[in-house]
Amino acid sequence: MKEFIIKEFKQIFRDYRSMVILFGIPIAQVMLFGFALNMNLKNVHFAVLDKAKDDYSKNIIAKMNASDYFILDKYLENEDQIERIFEEGLIKEVIVFESNFGKNLIKEGKANLQIIADASDPNTANMIVSYSQAIIDNYQRSLMSNNAMSGMAVPEVQFKYNKELKSVYMFVPGVITIILMLVSAMMTSISIAKEKELGTMEILLVSPIKPIQIIIGKVIPYVILSLINFIIIIILSFLVFKMPMNGSMLLLVLESLLYIIMSLALGIFISTVSNSQQTAMLLSMFALLLPTILLSGFIFPVENMPTALIYTSHIMPSKWFIIIIKGIMLKNASFMDIWKETALVFMFTIAFIGLSIKKFKIRLE
Amino acid sequence: METTVKVNNLVKKFGDFVANDNLSFEVYAGEIFGFLGANGAGKTTAIKILCGLSKPTSGDVNVSGFNIYKDREKIKRNIGYMSQRFSLYDDLTIADNIKFYGGIYGLSREKIKSKTDEYIEELGLQEYVKRSISDLPLGIKQKLAFLIAVIHEPKIVFLDEPTSGVDPITRRQFWNMIYQQADKGTTVFITTHYMDEAEYCNRISIMVDGKIEALGTPKQLKEDFKTETIEELFVQLARNAKND
Repeated sequence: MKEFIIKEFKQIFRDYRSMVILFGIPIAQVMLFGFALNMNLKNVHFAVLDKAKDDYSKNIIAKMNASDYFILDKYLENEDQIERIFEEGLIKEVIVFESNFGKNLIKEGKANLQIIADASDPNTANMIVSYSQAIIDNYQRSLMSNNAMSGMAVPEVQFKYNKELKSVYMFVPGVITIILMLVSAMMTSISIAKEKELGTMEILLVSPIKPIQIIIGKVIPYVILSLINFIIIIILSFLVFKMPMNGSMLLLVLESLLYIIMSLALGIFISTVSNSQQTAMLLSMFALLLPTILLSGFIFPVENMPTALIYTSHIMPSKWFIIIIKGIMLKNASFMDIWKETALVFMFTIAFIGLSIKKFKIRLE
Repeated sequence: METTVKVNNLVKKFGDFVANDNLSFEVYAGEIFGFLGANGAGKTTAIKILCGLSKPTSGDVNVSGFNIYKDREKIKRNIGYMSQRFSLYDDLTIADNIKFYGGIYGLSREKIKSKTDEYIEELGLQEYVKRSISDLPLGIKQKLAFLIAVIHEPKIVFLDEPTSGVDPITRRQFWNMIYQQADKGTTVFITTHYMDEAEYCNRISIMVDGKIEALGTPKQLKEDFKTETIEELFVQLARNAKND
């Protein structure tokens, strides 16, 4: 019995893979979750439409900018710019001061002040609004203790794109991203690795079928299945979750198609570095699925994470795709709004295809 | 006699390591040619080159009349290949596998249908028709894999250790199939570790350390090296090998 236990230990310690699973992955998870679950706000870009431009509005803006939570990004000129600035995506909050803000505040004890937050991520929006209100509140209290102010201005809060703060609006785009990546990347990589593992790949390579035909043949069923999955999810999200579709359906389908192709290219690449189905599956799971869930902005807002993780999330194509989907579905983004993110996904696709071809050629020699 | 494989001064290097060191040999039509050698002698490398899977570092190679550098695609169309692991899709049925491989080699639907009927008849697979390959006994899988490897009636078929792991009776039956195929004029290029199978071949070659140390009919070689069996001859040559 004792010998058996010792043998087991020896096997575990000598197997590089099980060591990674036993120690490497839990540690990585704890670090990742610990940082990712950071619910503190950081570096939220906001814009201001200051019609008053008096000391009081300026002070509030300065206080917000001075905090770690907010960064003043832009001064707006008029209301029409508000919609645009949100569509661009960087700005998550707009503060609007009425033209007689300071005067009204002192004389009448109330003034008009709007906090508009991008609620496509409802949890973050909630925090943004709370923190902003707190700063504004504090300022006004300090005013009250000095002057005689009969009352305080209560900001009017508007949650843009998601009035009821429905988490579904955040959830559905994320699920679409994950499922497309799962079916396309993981399944494709496992399927190709299976051929290698069984030895049937060898036979295919000897036959008149060209390698490119093999790959396309492997890929097409998954494209079709992914598209079907996509349609099902979309239908469900409309019917059951009442998800809005403010943008162009055609654009959504095209972008999704691009993302599917990118995931397939990624799946192919994973299969070129995997020798067995198990490896392909593990790689897909840990290098793809988990980071995608954690770092794409699906559940945990990326802006709140330490800088290192933010940079890591930039190399996840899923992060950019979520921005694209949310933009189209919630903010009626046109192609011009999301062309940068689209270009990024496109570049990822080319990169993965290129890498796969290179690896494939090396293998043949 | 028609030559199906012509190799002249074939060299294959991986970096500094010479896997194939100036190989020269010919294989004739309808011949059963045994390609022997210890593990690591360079057999698999050479076969991969002959099948169009990799390029030689230098040397002339002609398979089925086609040049390895210029017409690799044509070579692939004219050869058959059976790997050690039998190359059948376990989760598909017999008919599925035949349809797939027949399709890849460009056979028409009628041809595929007739081949399917022919193979089922020949191997007595009537009761297995609807079942998947994984249900078949090993010996039958092997024979089926062989038939599928020649489904497009190629001039030459490469068999990479096709009889590994089966009992002597099944091996005997398999060799009957090989004889039948050779009688039809197909060249059979076979590698094996079973030295008794070497005796069944028309001619054999033995590779040691990347070079061909023996080439000829089994009878001739036994006379030349003064051994009773090919096994003895093999051991003798292998003993002199650098990687022992």
